[in-house]
Amino acid sequence: MSKQAQATRNTITLKGSTKVVSEFFAYAVNSILYQRGVYPPEDFEPQKQYGLTMMVSTEPGIKKYLCSVLEQMSDWLLTGSLQKMVLVISSVASKEVLERWTFDIQTDKAAVKEGKPAPEKPQSEITKEIQAIIRQITASVTFLPLLNDRCSFDLLVYTDVQSAVPMEWEESDARIIINAADVKLRSFNTKVHKVDALVSYRAEAEV
Amino acid sequence: MAHQTPRTPFSPARSNTNANQRPNSLTSAAKKAKPQLDRFIPSRSALDVDVSSYNLLKENASAEELPQRSEYAKLLEETLGTGSSNARILAFKNKAPAPPEGHINQLASLYTQNAGNKPAKKAFRAVPSAPERILDAPDLMDDYYLNLLDWSSTNVVAIALKGAVYLWNASTGSIETLMECQAEDDYVCSVAWAADGKHVSVGTSSAQVQIWDVGRMKQVRALKGHSARVSALAWSGTTLSSGGRDSNIINHDVRIREHITGVLRGHEQEVCGLKWSPSGQQLASGGNDNLLHVWSATGGPPMHRMTAHTAAVKALAWCPFQANLLASGGGTADRSIKFWNTHTGALLNSIDTGSQVCALQWSRHEKEILSSHGFSQNQLCLWKYPSMAKVAEMTGHNSRVLHLAQSPDGVTVCSAAADETLRFWKCFAEAAPAKAAKASVASSASFLRSVSIRATRP
Repeated sequence: MSKQAQATRNTITLKGSTKVVSEFFAYAVNSILYQRGVYPPEDFEPQKQYGLTMMVSTEPGIKKYLCSVLEQMSDWLLTGSLQKMVLVISSVASKEVLERWTFDIQTDKAAVKEGKPAPEKPQSEITKEIQAIIRQITASVTFLPLLNDRCSFDLLVYTDVQSAVPMEWEESDARIIINAADVKLRSFNTKVHKVDALVSYRAEAEV
Repeated sequence: MAHQTPRTPFSPARSNTNANQRPNSLTSAAKKAKPQLDRFIPSRSALDVDVSSYNLLKENASAEELPQRSEYAKLLEETLGTGSSNARILAFKNKAPAPPEGHINQLASLYTQNAGNKPAKKAFRAVPSAPERILDAPDLMDDYYLNLLDWSSTNVVAIALKGAVYLWNASTGSIETLMECQAEDDYVCSVAWAADGKHVSVGTSSAQVQIWDVGRMKQVRALKGHSARVSALAWSGTTLSSGGRDSNIINHDVRIREHITGVLRGHEQEVCGLKWSPSGQQLASGGNDNLLHVWSATGGPPMHRMTAHTAAVKALAWCPFQANLLASGGGTADRSIKFWNTHTGALLNSIDTGSQVCALQWSRHEKEILSSHGFSQNQLCLWKYPSMAKVAEMTGHNSRVLHLAQSPDGVTVCSAAADETLRFWKCFAEAAPAKAAKASVASSASFLRSVSIRATRP
């Protein structure tokens, strides 16, 4: 390999970073849905990614939903107007929010606006960071309270006020859990986007 | 070192003789040192130390401050809710399909299969903070070393008020005068019920131990042996142990004419606490000499001699649910409750209660112990054992709570204080109903057996 090739591999472009982040979201959401038992495990199939075997939903409804959400999200990521992505797990019966997985996104404005090349960071390092988050999601089953009710999920997106609202989207409230316990997970940084993960869940009432 | 003047604390480490020297000694020192410069020691006089140090600090400050400030701003934004104003929260209109009807989280089988319900965190019982009943006890002697209160197995409270012993029947509420001392100056120093509840022993200031038959209200025996007032009494079957101001403990066999079966010498001052273990194997005695002795029922020198208390040991209580466990409480200078393994003599635990410990009572149905205290709260404290977490504090007495006695059902505790009142506290838990049911089943089974035996008899 030439020196030139080496150099291009170690810096990430905005497009590349967007792809990495939205791909991460897809896998993270799938992992959470599988690990938390929101959907039956038969609807998932294993897939190798980030050096891990991850379960990805095969349910056409979920696939279609995720596809369209992530497509729109990558548009926002490209313009740098995406601030947060929140996965809300709520009870179907009571509509009560039981879990809230927050992914904070900090965008390097310079990279978006001026197309400045981001500082160097090897792909392998980014993968390693993502791997750590996915592992934490898997391990979270041990401390998160069991989701006893039938649950559904929703994805909330925090965008800049200036950005236009697409047709298929509607404004929503934050659906914050009252008296939540927060557990901060790891974060990863592509040098263009920095993603911080956090899970908040309803703390069991102290007797 | 010897030539130097000794450095005293708080004095400046090194005082320069030049009082007019500027505080910034670096520059002046450099100026002074100028003639001795060589090429390895740079001349600092050319540097502006103040300006460069300011620049250095400014650089550091800005580097340190910025992330903090942004963090603070973020926090402020979040708490004030202003953060959401610059973000729009959007959700996709077409929601994801809900999981199929009847889907049960497969994790449930992992986490709840055999676990059953989480055991409910047992809250402490509600302990009434007020006494159930208050009785006047005029002329109750305010003497830490006496033992003037006892509650019989037949539910009669015996209380000694100066020269007389009164019996208060807790079931009927009737009061009877059991005895009165003949001599004017005599007073009763101790009372103790025999296990049968028919006899009560009385120790007097005239060094006598009397045994009274409660049914006939007559004195049965007078036991001599002490040379000073008898301040502590304890029964074990037919053995009555008495401790007195003469620092001796005498074991009497109340059935025989030569009643003294043993004299236990080990204390140097008045014996004020005396308790037989539930098994009847060991006798614990506490004295004004800060000593706690454990004696064997077979006699001989004390099995254990505990010296950990720093004040008179009056409060003694044997644990009803754990053999060889003794609780002892010390006086004003000690204030501690100590727990002993009387088999080995080891000190298991000691807690400072903050006040004189006058009496101790174990709960029969729960692992709890009640202590009564003196100045300044004059309270009764209920503790969990072995954690020694304080469950309840009962105040009401206006003076130190000298004596405690437990009702035969183990629920109510009677306290006698120097404020000349008796107070009845329902502070202990009742027997578990399950246990009671089991006991009744067992008794009915034994009844059946006895019937069948009788039936098979020719």
